[in-house]
Amino acid sequence: MQTARVRPAAYYRSLTRNLVLFVVVVSLLPLFLTGAIILYQFKQAYQTKVEENLEVLLNKHCHTIDAFLIDRLADIRVLARSYTVPDLENPDLLKVKLGLLREEYSGVYVDLGLVDAKGAQVAYAGPYNLTGANYSTAQWFHEAMQSEHFISDVFAGLRGSPHFIVAVRMHYEGNDWLLKATIDFEAFNALVENLRIGETGFAFILNRQSELQTKPRQEVILSSGAWQELLQTPLAPGKVTIVEQPDSLGRDMIYAAAPLKKGQWIICAQQEVSDAFLYLVQAQRAAIAIFVIGGLLIVAVSLIVARRLVRRIAEADEQKEAMNEKMIEAGRLASIGELAAGIAHEINNPVAIMVEEAGWIEDLMSDEGPLSEETLAEIQRAVQQIQEQGDRCKQITHKLLSFARKTDPTIKPVDLNGLVDEVLGLVAQKSRYAGVKLTTALDQGLPKVAASPSELQQVLLNLVNNAVDAINAEGGTVNVTTTQENGRVKLSVSDTGIGIADANLARIFDPFYTTKPVGQGTGLGLSICYGIINKLGGEIKVTSAKGEGSTFTVILPARQDTTPAPAGAPGTGQG
Amino acid sequence: MVVINPSVLLVDDEVPFVETMAKRLAKRELAVETAFSGKEALEKLEGGGPSRIDVVILDVKMPGMDGLETLAAIKGKHPNVEVIMLTGHATVESAIEGMKSGAYDYLMKPCEMDLLMAKVGEAVAKKRAHEAKILDARVRVHALRRES
Repeated sequence: MQTARVRPAAYYRSLTRNLVLFVVVVSLLPLFLTGAIILYQFKQAYQTKVEENLEVLLNKHCHTIDAFLIDRLADIRVLARSYTVPDLENPDLLKVKLGLLREEYSGVYVDLGLVDAKGAQVAYAGPYNLTGANYSTAQWFHEAMQSEHFISDVFAGLRGSPHFIVAVRMHYEGNDWLLKATIDFEAFNALVENLRIGETGFAFILNRQSELQTKPRQEVILSSGAWQELLQTPLAPGKVTIVEQPDSLGRDMIYAAAPLKKGQWIICAQQEVSDAFLYLVQAQRAAIAIFVIGGLLIVAVSLIVARRLVRRIAEADEQKEAMNEKMIEAGRLASIGELAAGIAHEINNPVAIMVEEAGWIEDLMSDEGPLSEETLAEIQRAVQQIQEQGDRCKQITHKLLSFARKTDPTIKPVDLNGLVDEVLGLVAQKSRYAGVKLTTALDQGLPKVAASPSELQQVLLNLVNNAVDAINAEGGTVNVTTTQENGRVKLSVSDTGIGIADANLARIFDPFYTTKPVGQGTGLGLSICYGIINKLGGEIKVTSAKGEGSTFTVILPARQDTTPAPAGAPGTGQG
Repeated sequence: MVVINPSVLLVDDEVPFVETMAKRLAKRELAVETAFSGKEALEKLEGGGPSRIDVVILDVKMPGMDGLETLAAIKGKHPNVEVIMLTGHATVESAIEGMKSGAYDYLMKPCEMDLLMAKVGEAVAKKRAHEAKILDARVRVHALRRES
């Protein structure tokens, strides 16, 4: 019966769950949000930094390479302007000049040659035997003849190894001549090959036909989507275009391109994103690790704390429940104590009458002589009176006993009207002396309520006692009403007493709150009533007007199976 | 001098008690009047005059006007009348309170007839002595006036 009131384990489980959820969400959410925001900002900043780096690097190399090419051209132009064609037809002079250039530029120049308008190499200095070589069919020759000076793409040419040509057109006696120098591919390639970006980044140069002009450090798949896309976009001079795309192997790559040599060439660079964003990835990993570890810690700690807390709450609830039981018991004792004084007096009266009647009989019998007819009748009357008063005593003691039995919290169907009669019987004498008229208006078809009879009796006794106490010396009426509405049972106790001041109205259900003088009230009555009614799923309300009296209303849910089944087996009942 | 039987007024709200007690007191040669409330007791005193009723036996706990109020009223209007309070155990304090405001004594309910008779006798004697003193004083005042 005690367990019926203890909260179910599910309640504490959900309490624990809610606590843990709350703590976890509240502590992880800010952690997550700050982490995410900081990471995002860091990523943005880092990306900008990486791209700027790439841009600066490419731009710088563009300048270096452009400068290299212009310098080489300038060397040849100086040579062309310093000498006339006949001078240059002399291979010895070319050999001297080549020697000087090689000395100055450490092997950048491979050879020097003079080519006439028909494409024949009339003079040559260099490691190959190319004197008399015919370039009339070579593309570079035609292109070079069209312009003042010319730098070719890289090609294999006659010698079969990659190189490119720097050429200057000369006029001599109405004919065009070309002074050409071959630039060593390796020396040029080194310019670009040394351009390394991070661990995986490298650069290379393409011409407009997407042919490699330098040897990339790694194989480049130019036909892949990213490069095609990048090379088809018009590249603005002096500006680096950057795209980020996965390559054919699925690795994220950064691709960058910038025009070179007045747009004839393109310097390209590619780098793996994981490499470029190495620090970012490291930061991300650290953040995620901290988040996960922190999260696990928070969950673990909140679980432990919540479990402990809920266990404490459960203990406190249990103690509170035990306390409530004790409080009800204490209130009951206080009520009984209060009743006892009245009851003792109530019993004293019939006892006094009996003693008097007995004394009267004694008086009559002490008369001398035989008892007259009249005396016998008087004795008869006195005995009758003694019996009546004895009965009265019996009723009083029975009433008291019905209340003084121990509190039994067992819930069972209770007939509220019967309870009202019982309680009014108890306070009848008290109210008679107080000049209080007790009236009732009971609904005879009232359904039963599920409650502990002794507890409900106490509620009723407290309410009626209070009502009687509220009435001053002039007397008044206490009316008890029972009604039913919407499956609920309503019990009202109204008095015509002094009423409750508005200021006190909010406090009357507080424990130990009383307006009675010290020693006359415990202040527990209404708080116990409130506890009992609340526990039964009902409510207790009060309306009061100062000087006009108060009405306490108790509303309880009616028991569903209120009509008891007729005696006998269900099947044979109505037959 | 004619000896007058002491006269008693019995006040209690319990009718059977009053009736039986009255019979027993009458049997002991007291002149007995009865009243069932404080108000009725005052009316009886007023009607009979202070000289007729010597002692009031007064229940403490009564509906309406209770014993203490009745006592105060009696002492206010008829200071010579002696009052014996009759009390249940729960109201001993009020009985003592009553003695402070002039009751002669108190008795517990149910009371023994011999004890009650003794108290009534004492109270009557006290009242008579008191009345005699008053009479004596009046005589002396009268004599002094005549001398001067």
